[in-house]
Amino acid sequence: MELTVLVIKSLVILAVFGITLLIATYSTYAERKVAAFLQDRIGPNRAGPFGLLQPIADAGKMFFKEDFIPAQANKWLFILGPCLAMLTALMSSAVIPFGDSIRYGSFEVPVQGIDVNVGVLYVFGVVSLGVYGVMIGGWASNNKFSLLGAIRAASQNISYEVALGLSIIAILMMTGSLSLRHIVNEQNGFFQWNVFTQPLGFVIFLTCAFAECNRTPFDLPECETELVGGYHTEYSSMKLGFYLFAEYINMFTSSAIISTLYFGGFQYPFMHQVHDALVDSLGSTVGHNIATGIGTAVLFGKIFFFIFFFMWVRWTIPRFRFDQLMNLGWKTLIPLSILNVVLTGAGLLFDKFKYATWLIVIVMIIMAATNAIKAPRRKPVTVPQL
Amino acid sequence: MEGFFMAFYRMGWHRTAANYVRFIANLRSFLSLLSMNTASYLPSDYIPIFIQLSLALGFIVVTMLVTHNIGPKRHSVKKDDPFECGIPTQGDARAPISIKYFLVAILFVLFDVEVIFMYPWAVNFMQLGQEGFIQMVLFMGLLLAGFYYVIRKGVLKWE
Repeated sequence: MELTVLVIKSLVILAVFGITLLIATYSTYAERKVAAFLQDRIGPNRAGPFGLLQPIADAGKMFFKEDFIPAQANKWLFILGPCLAMLTALMSSAVIPFGDSIRYGSFEVPVQGIDVNVGVLYVFGVVSLGVYGVMIGGWASNNKFSLLGAIRAASQNISYEVALGLSIIAILMMTGSLSLRHIVNEQNGFFQWNVFTQPLGFVIFLTCAFAECNRTPFDLPECETELVGGYHTEYSSMKLGFYLFAEYINMFTSSAIISTLYFGGFQYPFMHQVHDALVDSLGSTVGHNIATGIGTAVLFGKIFFFIFFFMWVRWTIPRFRFDQLMNLGWKTLIPLSILNVVLTGAGLLFDKFKYATWLIVIVMIIMAATNAIKAPRRKPVTVPQL
Repeated sequence: MEGFFMAFYRMGWHRTAANYVRFIANLRSFLSLLSMNTASYLPSDYIPIFIQLSLALGFIVVTMLVTHNIGPKRHSVKKDDPFECGIPTQGDARAPISIKYFLVAILFVLFDVEVIFMYPWAVNFMQLGQEGFIQMVLFMGLLLAGFYYVIRKGVLKWE
């Protein structure tokens, strides 16, 4: 690698790192504002205009809180837990393609930390390490609530990881590559987006992403009605901050991965026409870079939509019970995703037909409709006349 | 000035400096050699991941050091006990728990291995064609038979 390329890459990584932290910080603000909007409240509005300085105030408060370690805890594991959670959260954005490429002199540098040919595997490898952070933290606390929360988190994460891994196999079959950039380039054109070719895979992936991020309705590891604070009951100060922050970074990363895998990443309709027009009017370097910038902005728009979706679901769907969670993961999502793989394979072998999985969706809709019709009608409640 | 150079010479630092320059030049030519074939991945192509790793580690270590040092520290016997909703702590937290969690972990190991088997197959799906597809369906069928057995055995039944 030429040194100039390395410098540009380092700058890209630095920018992505900074943007990740910034978005995670402001996700806490957005979460409170969205919650307030959905519950018809005002939300934070004291610190700065519209409460915009609230996350910074929160971070400052976190730093000045007492850094408490219980006497019966394993001290080093107790410190290692949140560090590991944060590290895995920060590492997973390295292979996500955030844009096409930057032209600089004779170089053409992709807007991506690193374009490995095993990008999907890298993401899964790093994400699955995330469970260690929670597990180590909960174990080291030597608190019953923490330990139960950590064990719940571990079994939930590993259960949904299987379905998560199975749901994207269909995409790999269509693209024939593990590189995330290749997958994005393959979704060339609006109806080529994987959400249209893989509707069922998308729904399974989205559900599993919620479970992997420990977000509602899958937030059993930290459900306050049963387990006080779950695995971070004993944590305080910035160690607690790391756990919460890692959750928001994971939300950002999984939104980015969902947009990359299913919503065409930095692609948007009429992208090539826009690119050609810009190159014609502004020259091949400036025009290309501006076109790349538009693509990156579009990707971030998709990411923000999915972050909003995470928050929207939080205030819409109540929490699962643990057996419901396990049944959904093992008995529904895994067989469904295997069926998805088989049907996609059959469709691809039969004249490269990509839209075969719509068959499952149609069958499921018909089944749901017949169930709804067959279900015993509840008698209309008669109001007694007084 | 001359004395300085003499001292520099006598201590042999000129050789170190020259070696350093040569090392950098070698490194540059090595790096440019690597950039010629981008199709195959070489260890140096993974430098960006290490940049990201060092950034993340730096951020975490600095934050941890700062927060350890600027907060107050007040200890007492009661306060250092694990939190148990206000009642006195009963025994150790690491008591035996339901075996189901362990069984789920074992199942995960089996199924994750299956998923890993499917990745290389999925990437080469088009080349392997019909034969590969039938083989994989057979493999998945056998695995699902085992899965059915596990479910009927009640491993995933939560009371």
